[in-house]
Order: sequence, then C-alpha cells, then structure tokens
Amino acid sequence: MIEINPLVILFAAMLTNNMLLSNFLGMCSFIVISKDVPTALGLGQAVTFVMTCTTVINFLLYYYVLVPLELEYIRYIVFIITIAAFVQLVEMFIKKYFKGLYSSLGIFLPLITVNCAILGASLFMIIRQYGLIQSLLFGLGSGIGWTMALVILSSINIKLEKAPIPKHLKGAGMTFIITGIMALAFMGFSGLVSI
Amino acid sequence: MNHLIKSMRNNIWDDNPILRKILGICPALAVTNLVENAIVMSLGVLFVMSLSELTVSIVKKFSDKHLRILIQMLIISWYVIIVDILIKLTVPEISKSLGPYVGLIITNCLIMGRCEAYAQFNKPLHAFFDGIISGISFGIILVLIASIREILGFGTFLEIQVLNSNWSTIGLFTIPAGAFFVIGIFIWLHNISEEKMRGDIND
Repeated sequence: MIEINPLVILFAAMLTNNMLLSNFLGMCSFIVISKDVPTALGLGQAVTFVMTCTTVINFLLYYYVLVPLELEYIRYIVFIITIAAFVQLVEMFIKKYFKGLYSSLGIFLPLITVNCAILGASLFMIIRQYGLIQSLLFGLGSGIGWTMALVILSSINIKLEKAPIPKHLKGAGMTFIITGIMALAFMGFSGLVSI
Repeated sequence: MNHLIKSMRNNIWDDNPILRKILGICPALAVTNLVENAIVMSLGVLFVMSLSELTVSIVKKFSDKHLRILIQMLIISWYVIIVDILIKLTVPEISKSLGPYVGLIITNCLIMGRCEAYAQFNKPLHAFFDGIISGISFGIILVLIASIREILGFGTFLEIQVLNSNWSTIGLFTIPAGAFFVIGIFIWLHNISEEKMRGDIND
C-alpha cells in the first residue's frame, strides 16, 4: 500500500486526474446522455454511488480472496461480475422502495454496467496500490469528477443548440471539441494537488 | 466473396465504428499517444472481437436468451485475460504503459455491440470474419489518430525521428485534450467526405 493522504486522492480524482477528461473513461454514455442537465445529474449520481461501492467491494474481494488464492489474473472477470451484480441489486432495491427515483433513473441503471469508468476505477485502484480508505475516496472522487464533467458539458450543449456551428461538425464532432477545451481548462487545476 | 468485400468497405468507411457510431471511444483516445501502443491495442481488440464473436455465435444455440448479456460478457472477459497475459509476456514495457486499458477492452461497447447485433444472428464463420473486419476498421482509425498525435506531439513515428529538429513539436497533441481535438476533427472530415460521396451518387 502506498502512503498518500486519502483527501489528496479525493481531490486529485475529482479535478486533476478526472476520469473523463484525463483518462477518457465513460465516454460512451457521456456522448449520448449529454443533452439535458437533470438527466445528466441523475446518471451522475447513480454512477457515483455504484462506483464508490464497487471499488470497495472489489478491493475486499481482490485483497482478501483473489490474492490469498493466487488468482489475481482472473480479476477482470471477478470485477465485472461484481459490478453487474451490484447494479442489478441496486436496481431491484430502488424499484421496490423508491418508485419515484426508479422512474427517473430506471433506464440508466442497466447502462451503468458497461460504463468503462466504473471498471476503470477498480483497475486503477489495483494498479496504483491504494488502501481501503484511499480506494473508497478514490471511487467517490472519480464519480463526482465524472458527474461534474457530464453536467458542465450538458449545460454547454444547451447553449450550443443556438450557436452557429459548421453543419458537418454538429453532434459528436462538436462534443469532442468542447470536451477537449474542457480538458484544457481542467489542466488549470494541475498545480493544486498531485498524486 | 463479393459479400465480404462489400461488408468490409461498408465497415471501414461508411459505418466506421469510431467515426460513425461513436463506439469504443475510451481506448481510442487513451492509447493513441504513441503509435506502438495503438498497434498493440488494435491487435488486442481484433483478437478479442473476432474470437468472442465466433464463440458467441457458437454458443447461441445452447444459451438462455435472458442470460445472453452475462454470457457474452464472460466470453469477452475470458479472451481479454488471455490477451492481457500475452501482451505482458511479449511486450512488457507496452503492457505497463497501456495500464488498465487492456482490461477495459471488456467494456468496449464496440465488442458487445457486434456480439449483440451480429454474432447473435449469424453463422460462426461469418461472425468470425465480421469480428476481423470490425477490428481492422477500428484499428485503422486508432493508428491514424496515434500517428498524427505522435508525429506532431513528439516529432517521431514508432520512435524514429521523422521531423527534424527545426520543427517545434506541439505539446498539445501529447496531452489528453489533443486527443479530443484530433478525433473531433476526424469526425468532422468524415461527415464532409461522406456527404460529398453521397452527392456524387445522387448526381
């Protein structure tokens, strides 16, 4: 385990090492969903929750089950099953007890399973050798950072609808250019914290 | 054979997975800072995609419809583990610089998409070739983006100096933001040329 203040990891994951803007993870849903702010916020919350919980579960599974059994190489399968099962569980739970939340979030929940940011968070946690608290805050920070980027982009997209953009650049092309500019802007945080 | 060529052309240009369907973007951006990373990644995706499609197509008769997503995911992860071990064995340095992105082939929506949309309904051999063609069209764009980024960002191509020292390299292309710009412009150019082609056919 490495010795880094967990709070530093939280802020680094949110700002300087943003999952989306510096690691390109979670792009697929990012491009599709970034049309209106409330939806973006809803998806962001769901992703943050699932990401935080699955990093912790995967941490425990990896260090207390896979490492003692010397089965590190099957971690990909284990992680993806954990994520899929957890998403399924959350979906069932929300459906039963929070009807309102389910109808607003429902369609996004199954999508989260194939969100690469979530698997990415678990894999980064292993590669960077975080401890339990560090992993928890890393998952939380990554989720918040991803949500932030998504909400900012969807607000920009609303403004863009009326902007004069070259005809062929409209849609995905423009989204990438805007994301590039956002990535440049987020580089301004780079002196703040570093890991 | 004609059918194959047609579907190849269709896949590589008209329906390019990255430029048209915006699938499998995460690795496309993350590993394209150096050409060698992009080549290794493309080969990995090609391997996983063709063999997963083949396997999905073979097991489709025996698997339950409701469980198919889970089964597809397990098949893909299985091949990704093999690729991960192969890359670690043959090119250890590249494996280090690719980091978690080899594992992230599992959540590459392109592979899931092809399994779900094509392999599910077609014969094993067709599915296998579809995987190879999709993998190639994915790889071409990956290597193209990487070439632009490496030449302009580092002045090298496959670590061979191509721009002489009078050229100043542009740091923008080495950082993540550069990748977003390059792919945005690629999609733009693709849309323009696509419309031109369609116009020619209509005339």
